[in-house]
Amino acid sequence: MAQKKSQKRRQEDKPTDEGRREFIKQSSLLTALSVTPPFLVKAAESEWDEKTAWYFEKVPLAVEINGISQKLSIEPRVTLLDLLREQLALTGTKKGCDHGQCGACTVHVNGKRVLSCLTLAVKMEGKRVTTIEGLGTPNKLHPMQATFIKHDGFQCGYCTPGQIMSGIACIREGHANSEDDIREYMSGNICRCGAYPNIVKAIAEVKKGGQQV
Amino acid sequence: MINFEYTRVSTIQQALDALSKNGNAQFIAGGSNLVDLMKKGVTTPAKLVDITNLPLYEIKKESGNIYIGALALNSDVAEDQLVQKEQPLLSLALKAGASQQIRNMATVGGNMMQRTRCPYFYNTDMPCNKRESGTGCGALKGFNRMHAIFGASESCIAVHPSDMCVALAALDATVLVSGPKGNRRIAFQNFHRLPGDMPQKDNTLEKGELIIAVEIPNNSYKEHVHYLKVRDRTSYAFALVSVAVAVDLQSDTIKDVRLAMGGVAHKPWRLTEAENFLKGKAASEANFRQAANVAMHGAKGYGYNNFKLNLAPNTIVEALKTATGKA
Repeated sequence: MAQKKSQKRRQEDKPTDEGRREFIKQSSLLTALSVTPPFLVKAAESEWDEKTAWYFEKVPLAVEINGISQKLSIEPRVTLLDLLREQLALTGTKKGCDHGQCGACTVHVNGKRVLSCLTLAVKMEGKRVTTIEGLGTPNKLHPMQATFIKHDGFQCGYCTPGQIMSGIACIREGHANSEDDIREYMSGNICRCGAYPNIVKAIAEVKKGGQQV
Repeated sequence: MINFEYTRVSTIQQALDALSKNGNAQFIAGGSNLVDLMKKGVTTPAKLVDITNLPLYEIKKESGNIYIGALALNSDVAEDQLVQKEQPLLSLALKAGASQQIRNMATVGGNMMQRTRCPYFYNTDMPCNKRESGTGCGALKGFNRMHAIFGASESCIAVHPSDMCVALAALDATVLVSGPKGNRRIAFQNFHRLPGDMPQKDNTLEKGELIIAVEIPNNSYKEHVHYLKVRDRTSYAFALVSVAVAVDLQSDTIKDVRLAMGGVAHKPWRLTEAENFLKGKAASEANFRQAANVAMHGAKGYGYNNFKLNLAPNTIVEALKTATGKA
């Protein structure tokens, strides 16, 4: 009984595209097969309608990511965060809340820090995106990465890529002149482990060091 | 997110045309609120018209007034030398809002167009007259800690979440819009509206209209200004109550004053009666307290937000003290 019910629910939940395909298939079998053009039956069976929609719903995107020019094809609804993680395998940028409340997805667009979860990828046409992968390498860390390690600026590490991208921007913007300043301008990056004192120390030290970030 | 058609435009006329061709199209600029609303299924446009290529980024001084293009980024306006010098209150309010990442995305026009953060509006399983007319207001007898104490109705007790708009209301700004019927100017105080029985309408923009710019008239509020925002944490949170103050102070006498509150109504809440009370009076805590009492006439709590009935006048007094150097 329970199984029947869940099957029924599943059927009702089917998206309209699939419903249309089922309808075309069934009606063409039950009524005179000859009146339904064969290509329509074929199209329904091989899901061409969905493939066609998929093709037309995608848009081209030319964007530079970590210094590499990319020519991509994406749905307009794809966020920059999902593009980075799901299509380009750049999983350094983290999905925390996915609603612009935690800062884990912070990246730089044309040098400015933004939230990639609230950025439609399609709006990145002609822009320069830098992610944590574009900063340094394990053998040659970016000064901010090295200083985060030195000061233990993390525990679980999930917010760290966002913190580092934001910390660098904080210095570039001229908002790292005091610890209070750093705290205020880093407030968009939440760390649930509470590594804040060490994060602030790391940023302050990089700023004091005067290195090019 | 439900998929949608996406188009870019490069002139204002193209933008207006693109919107009029599709009844369910919306403009997108920074997208920092719209994309979130679309993810939640609160807003489901069939088409997005990307206006970020329009030439509306300029910040300039024009016959004494400060003119700010609708696409100017919140971060750029907050740090603009001209704005900091001529209209410092606006800069303070902008810096109190959101985070630097969001201010780098959000535009002036988009900030004005952002929707309430009422949790009943955001949760599509809940009743909300603003999201779906006629379904009722979940907040009225629900969890209404963040909600309005002024100008609410039985239909909606949501608040407008912007800080920037509180400053613009205090500064008597004007909104320049372009639409299918031509250009027009809207006094900032008339831009956002009270919910009444039409809470689905946040503002007085007509269908297909586009915000072009905001203009702030020249004034004498260059020095004694303050934006005091009280919130659950020190930074990066919406206001429980915020107060924008600008005082024209002449040897301890208030020659003129502007006061507006955020987090208390469906629109930036201008405190005209309190302003009138203070004009010509000495800048003293006693007078500030009386002005705050005047400002609270007609305030009403809905249960969980009753604390705002005390917090709001106290915030007014503190903001006035800071602005006039009495803190």
